[in-house]
Amino acid sequence: MSTGLETAGETETMTVREALREAMREELRRDEDVFVMGEDVGTFGGVFQVTGDLIEEFGEERIRDTPISEAGFVGAGVGAAATGSRPVVEVMFSDFLGVSMEQIMNQMAKMRYMFGGKTEMPVTIRTTEGGGQRAASQHSGTVHTWFAHFPGIKAVAPGTPAAAKGLLKSAIRSNDPVMVFENKVIYEQEGEVPTDPDFTVPLGEASIEREGEDVTVVATQRLVGETLDLAEEMADEADLEVIDPRSLYPLDTETIAESVRKTGRLVVADESPLSYGTHAEVVARIVEEEFFSLDAPIQRVGIADTHVPFSPTLEDEVIPTGEDVREAIDRVI
Amino acid sequence: MPPIDMDTEEGRIEALRRMYRIRAFESTAGELFADGELPGFVHLYKGEEAVGVGATAALESDDYITSTHRGHGHCIAKGLDTERMMAELYGKADGYCNGKGGSMHIADVEAGMLGANGIVGAGPPLATGAALTAHRNGEDRVALAFFGDGAVAQGQVHESINLAATWGLPAIFLVENNQYGEGTPMEKQHNVENLSETAEAYNIPGFTIDGMDVTAVAEAVAEARKRAIAGDGPTFIEADTYRYEGHFEGDHQPYRDEEEIEAWRERDPIDQFKQRLIDRGELTDAEFESIREEIDAEIDAAVDSAQRADPPEPHEAYEDMFAEPAPEIATFAELPRADGGDSR
Repeated sequence: MSTGLETAGETETMTVREALREAMREELRRDEDVFVMGEDVGTFGGVFQVTGDLIEEFGEERIRDTPISEAGFVGAGVGAAATGSRPVVEVMFSDFLGVSMEQIMNQMAKMRYMFGGKTEMPVTIRTTEGGGQRAASQHSGTVHTWFAHFPGIKAVAPGTPAAAKGLLKSAIRSNDPVMVFENKVIYEQEGEVPTDPDFTVPLGEASIEREGEDVTVVATQRLVGETLDLAEEMADEADLEVIDPRSLYPLDTETIAESVRKTGRLVVADESPLSYGTHAEVVARIVEEEFFSLDAPIQRVGIADTHVPFSPTLEDEVIPTGEDVREAIDRVI
Repeated sequence: MPPIDMDTEEGRIEALRRMYRIRAFESTAGELFADGELPGFVHLYKGEEAVGVGATAALESDDYITSTHRGHGHCIAKGLDTERMMAELYGKADGYCNGKGGSMHIADVEAGMLGANGIVGAGPPLATGAALTAHRNGEDRVALAFFGDGAVAQGQVHESINLAATWGLPAIFLVENNQYGEGTPMEKQHNVENLSETAEAYNIPGFTIDGMDVTAVAEAVAEARKRAIAGDGPTFIEADTYRYEGHFEGDHQPYRDEEEIEAWRERDPIDQFKQRLIDRGELTDAEFESIREEIDAEIDAAVDSAQRADPPEPHEAYEDMFAEPAPEIATFAELPRADGGDSR
């Protein structure tokens, strides 16, 4: 298994933002049941311009601006999905998911199960995560752990433009509820993206972004790129294998386990609070399956259970970077 | 269930039958719960039959409804089968939700019944979404949300009405004002006299009607449906009604007295409507007795069948989570922490 790009045909260089927009454009063209809704997604183009010019091609019936009422429009997305629509709901900042939590946890996640499997729930919720914009605690959170933890929800978090496009397309085509967590500071990051409209990244399939022999680094979102840069810098010291799990739930344990069997060392880097988190899930699975393959204690890189503060000196202190990953690697080799 | 033409004798008799079917089902469910036969909580609809039946009388069979934790009446009014409902109350495999939902969560999406709901106020956003699907597809189809007076204090109810009003969606918001939000009277939960005043804030029509009168409910919902189909957006209807039983079965009800309950019982929706039909010469006592017997037998048979039905197999607990299963579920189900089996 690898990035999957090797066999994906022609590619084009694009940013994460463009990749996400292309994913929506292609799926809106492909299926009339797909529509996009959220705050300012239409003429404004989305507060991070991800929906951009979609309204020009698809009009305001399919690119719907909503009132500022997350519980109302997320709930409408759930009701629309239960009746045959395929809504893509944008929640501007993941911090605002709290406002709509009832509809997510008790309706979206539970309806299929509680109805004995007799409904589908093809809703996609896109939202932005992460610090780095001096936006303080209510606009910088990384909360994907909550949703990956909650039964009945699939959760993905792309770290590259190709993953962004492929995962969003899979999310829209899926008959299950999928939440797409986009790190807002990598919207400008560029990479090669397959142009084939049938290119998708399966939910639950990790990508080996760089092969290496010495240390496995499982990195997500922004930390994928930073770790790849670090791997080149550190090439003389350690040969890093960098894995982007891409899908947090389901999680591709086997790809990570196989890598650990080879390297014997694991660092997990994810911009979320460390306690009870995404890191812990990866670590637990590897300890359960590959304890005897480990040559050193596993290390975690994340946020030290604080909120993301405003002042640049404070924010820079808490947000994990490639430097923190380097220190973690130093501890395992 | 197809609409009922309340202008015909046949339609009126059918409305009476549906109301009595709810009453019989609920009386039986109450007895079974008291006997310790039913697991979980049971919230009965007795007293409110005219609202569920009047509303669905005015709906087409492919219209959607969302319901509440007091949902048995809505299910029966929408045409759900009492045998499969009873099986669900017993937690049996051939219940509507294969035993995963129980009394509070019966659903049949195929029949347009988008679920009873354990969360107060959670249905209206779903109805707005269903109305959005109908609107986008250009279908002559509406979504009606049943919710209680207690739910009108919930923010998401207002968000969904605002959304439906702003987008002109074919939705109907129907409050069953049964005078109590759980154990607290309506006047202690709201600072308005009529909940239908809510409609003003959204610039949509709002009415308060007699929810003990099945004809009045049917007329109001028919009018609202006509508006919705014409593209004139949602309507807010408050139906004044009364909950004969406690919030849940076993509720000791310190918040009200027998006198109040008796006063409402004098306006019983079934007795009132039955008497009206008798007065008009459309029904005799003997004919009503035979309706009763027939429906009582149907409910008895449902209980008998539910009692004899098989429970779900334990492994079914791990099914129905996703259309495309997550491998984790099967893996974890094999681990001792999940199934209580032998340690590895």
